[in-house]
Amino acid sequence: MNIESALQNVSVVSELLDGIPHGVAILDTDLCILRMNRFLEAMTGYITDEVKGVFGEFILRTNLGSNGQICKKVLKNGESISVDGNIINRRRKKIPIHFTLTRLHDGKGQPSGVLIVLEDSSVIKVEKLSHQEQSIRTEIIGHSPQIEKVFELMSVLARTDASVLITGETGTGKDLIAEALHKSSQRARQPFIKVNCGALPEALLESELFGHVKGAFTGAVTETVGMFRLAHKGTIFLTEIGDLSLPLQVKLLSVLDDQEFFPVGGSKKVKVDVRVIAATHRLLREEVQQGRFREDLFYRLNVLHLHTPPLRERDGDIRLLLDHFLRDFSAKLGREVTDFSLEAIDFLNQYSYPGNVRELRNIAEYSANICQGTAVEINDLPLYLFRTEELPNTSVPPNSSVAESAIVPPAVSHSVRPAIGGWAEMEKEMILDALRQSSGNRSKAAEILGWGRTTLWRKLKKYEMA
Amino acid sequence: MKMMITIRGDFVAPRFDLSSEVLIATYYDQQLMEEPRSLLLADVSAEILCDLALKEKVAVVVCGGIEEEHYQFLAWKKIAVIDAVIGPYLDVMQLAVDNGLKPGSILPGVTSKEVAS
Repeated sequence: MNIESALQNVSVVSELLDGIPHGVAILDTDLCILRMNRFLEAMTGYITDEVKGVFGEFILRTNLGSNGQICKKVLKNGESISVDGNIINRRRKKIPIHFTLTRLHDGKGQPSGVLIVLEDSSVIKVEKLSHQEQSIRTEIIGHSPQIEKVFELMSVLARTDASVLITGETGTGKDLIAEALHKSSQRARQPFIKVNCGALPEALLESELFGHVKGAFTGAVTETVGMFRLAHKGTIFLTEIGDLSLPLQVKLLSVLDDQEFFPVGGSKKVKVDVRVIAATHRLLREEVQQGRFREDLFYRLNVLHLHTPPLRERDGDIRLLLDHFLRDFSAKLGREVTDFSLEAIDFLNQYSYPGNVRELRNIAEYSANICQGTAVEINDLPLYLFRTEELPNTSVPPNSSVAESAIVPPAVSHSVRPAIGGWAEMEKEMILDALRQSSGNRSKAAEILGWGRTTLWRKLKKYEMA
Repeated sequence: MKMMITIRGDFVAPRFDLSSEVLIATYYDQQLMEEPRSLLLADVSAEILCDLALKEKVAVVVCGGIEEEHYQFLAWKKIAVIDAVIGPYLDVMQLAVDNGLKPGSILPGVTSKEVAS
């Protein structure tokens, strides 16, 4: 008994197929349609009676290779195949489908057809998409009114294609916001290129941004395209734009205005379509007043402005972030640290976080590493936090927009001097202290230091302090 | 009047966006003006096909399944689209030349074993 007669004889089969909540097609050994269930009829827009006997691919219109390659493979090997793909139905709709193909056999065990189950995966895709959107937002954690305002503004900025200037203290998440803006913009599928303008010297940065032609300068053995061309059709994120030198500011301005530039050493203009997002922790308006930043570039970048609030101004977000990062690091480290003790959380809530979220994250990481129990005690917190609290100068005024103190690491601002420059730095400090104490008298200063006058003179020469 | 048919083998290609070959025919007053020519495309893409239709200045596109956005694009460019056509392309072309082809037409010759081979 072949499959066609089997299907005709058993009326139950129709009801059975119609009861399956996915599209089901039964093809014969020539891969022509024998039966489609109601679900598939709705999906494709064809009814079984009008297409019975038609080559299956003409009706299903899948993207699983031409001439039913996969079906032929299943029919030949007998192995079931599950594969993702899509169909275009009669109503011109492309539907993402998860296909499962299985070989059918007759009573004698001979191959008699192929059963195709078409599972509409558009619902799953939509869920995935909304999950992605959610994840963009959840990368920036916070429920305070201040950060909610940022989220609201972000959703508006994402829909535009204008330049955006993001300002805010260090560690407030400017990079994350820039990336989130790109991901939720129309350019999301195109590249997102991040350039730190403060990290490279001027000459190098110019070539980095705009590229250079072969032989443009010594060592330019090959041509480079530069970040602007790499970001073509996408977004370029210029972080620390406040550190950009004045000549480069001019070039950047012309790129923003004309969307075209000359690569270093090049004679041919290059046209690009790039959205610029810039960020800085500096107060650009002040930089403009002091002549360190071009006014015209400032206004060009400041088309849309987004200010990220410092952590100390975000009501209630500290606890949220602490819990998030602690859970995160505990999981990564395989520890069972789940919470902060009341004393620790009280202390952390009072702390001013000059390094903002970045500092908070480091505190959580330190605590997760040090804590031996399940809750972080006050003793498990980094020691520098307590030194900061002891000193009155470290508290930052709550409404300072971009506090300079935030840029300085907490330990630097105290009398406990760091040994950043090593012995030489230390020696210079000692000499200066001694000179201060002796009111500039070198003989007395040498005495204080326990050196001879000549030694002091030699050291002053060495450190160019004479 | 020019007509473009997306084809695969001897048939109209089941999907517009996956067609790598097209047939271009010029006809007037229900008569073919010249031997239809076929073009093989280097890449498979609905956008390339739309571009080709514009470049060739075709008035009618005959195809299998086509996505709404490409259909609307062609319609916006004043190109008539006869889609969801199933059948051997020569018969389809003749029917189109005779002004008898309708969207969703299923022509004879698609149920035979030759199709599957």
